[in-house]
Amino acid sequence: MKKLMKGNEAIAEAAIRGGCRFFAGYPITPQNEIPEYLSWRLNEVGGAFVQAESEVAAINMVYGAAGAGARAMTSSSSPGISLKQEGISYICGAELPCVIVNIVRAGPGLGGIQPAQSDYFQTVKGGGHGDYHMLVLAPATVQEAVDLVYSAFDKADKYRLPVMILGDGMIGQMMEAVELPEMVDVNALAKKEWATDGTGVGENRRIVNSLYIQPDVLEEINHKLFAVYAEMKKNETAVEEYMCEDAEIVLTGYGTVARIAKSAVHMLRAKGIKAGLIRPITLYPFPDEAYARIAGNGICREMLCVELSMGQMIEDVKLSVNGKVPVEFYGRVGGNVMTAEDIVKKVMEGR
Amino acid sequence: MAKGFKKTKMLTDTPFHYCPGCTHGIAHRLTAEVLEEIGAEGNCVGVAPVGCAVFAYNYFNCDMQEAAHGRAPAVATGIKRVHPDKIVFSYQGDGDLASIGMAETVHAAARGENITVIFINNSIYGMTGGQMAPTTLEGQKATTCQAGRIPELNGNPVNVAEMLAQLKGPSYIARVGLFDLKHVMEAKRAIRKAFDMQINKKGFAMVEILSTCPTNWGLNPIDALEWSKNEATKTFPLGVFKDITKEEE
Repeated sequence: MKKLMKGNEAIAEAAIRGGCRFFAGYPITPQNEIPEYLSWRLNEVGGAFVQAESEVAAINMVYGAAGAGARAMTSSSSPGISLKQEGISYICGAELPCVIVNIVRAGPGLGGIQPAQSDYFQTVKGGGHGDYHMLVLAPATVQEAVDLVYSAFDKADKYRLPVMILGDGMIGQMMEAVELPEMVDVNALAKKEWATDGTGVGENRRIVNSLYIQPDVLEEINHKLFAVYAEMKKNETAVEEYMCEDAEIVLTGYGTVARIAKSAVHMLRAKGIKAGLIRPITLYPFPDEAYARIAGNGICREMLCVELSMGQMIEDVKLSVNGKVPVEFYGRVGGNVMTAEDIVKKVMEGR
Repeated sequence: MAKGFKKTKMLTDTPFHYCPGCTHGIAHRLTAEVLEEIGAEGNCVGVAPVGCAVFAYNYFNCDMQEAAHGRAPAVATGIKRVHPDKIVFSYQGDGDLASIGMAETVHAAARGENITVIFINNSIYGMTGGQMAPTTLEGQKATTCQAGRIPELNGNPVNVAEMLAQLKGPSYIARVGLFDLKHVMEAKRAIRKAFDMQINKKGFAMVEILSTCPTNWGLNPIDALEWSKNEATKTFPLGVFKDITKEEE
């Protein structure tokens, strides 16, 4: 049965059902409903909730809990995610699985509390120090947020890395009808032999660590991590291609912006303009193959990248398209959100 | 003849990397001996810091996590909340615990997080080569206060034990020295007490251990012990600053 839920609360419940048993977080708008919900809900399922003294402490509590074998999560919004970058780098270095939710707000600095997509670079290109990546998932609906958060714990465990849910203030704050998945039986999950559960002695000791002072050893670790990312690219890359088969102009955007762009596709088609949409669901790994294929299909003449930023994802779009067709940009920033009409107007300007 | 001295099984066979005369080795040994006494073998997770003790995960014979600089109490919190019945401890130096990690320290203590913290105070940044620490004494020379620490210029040393003892959360806060046998034995009793608090679910316990750094203090090992005994204790007096079992009596 479907249930009407606010995005943040739906994300929190999906995490519980996906097996999350540890959460640490710090208050920041517009994601507060996630820790508020989990503060009572985790107790019901025998998990632990800690309101941390800072974002820095919260991500390090997740490091400890994930290293101890629990399915662990933290959530925040842009300025808080900046503070977590140190911990994210260590978590990647120590190959720990966890889920991090970023309900993005506008920046830089304190910025504003309205929706934005200006953390794309930080999320997919690094943010913290060192060579690493996360699996980055961008839900466009509350239902998709539920489904992605739910499966994020499996993927984090499989690849032993953090999965970042890159939402925005709209996903967090709006209410939609959702179908909630079944509760995962955490006791039936595969035992993490590498986790420090306290039982290790002598040869069987487990050490959670990201320090490798021998250059050859660290180089090998770097290559090992990137072999995982290559495997993840093969298995996890996800993209929605919408009405692209005959599209002469292909819009592209992720998250809630893709929904607005989808409305623009319909409006353009009503005007006789063959429009389509590419919506990446994984931002890392980026679905470059879909862009290259559609840009080279002989029908597509141009692309328009639509973002709530000054132009961040467009760099990956251009790399993927590799000059086959021109890629234009349309963005709103500061917490402003474009309408479908705005996108249509932008497309019509060139005609 | 019965052996009077043997290595505790809670230390691995990996040789310590510490400088000659440094008392980290004694602090490791005391901590490990207490872990053995309380039956922590196969029942324990330690958290190593960033600083001279960064390789502590190679020495303690138990599951270990290496934390980011200063974050050990947060990491230990995550571990303890997942495994409340396991012994969880952090082993941290003064730069780690009292400077970059002060927020994590104070709040783990304020929450009464049921962990044990072994705090090594040697009044200097050892690993990075002798810079001024939050615990560097007034007048003490360091590479970033070469004329000696002048409070007007360089601020004042932080008395962590006294500060944390003001909080409601901690169960046991003590400061001990390692400069002679009597004090080494006293230090061990304090460490034992700090772990007993955790076993009895009394909440956060910390033992601050005045340690030596002959290399960066520019002293030979014996003079370093003397300096710890005669100079460091003037700013950092030994004692028990909080003990809720005493208060309960």
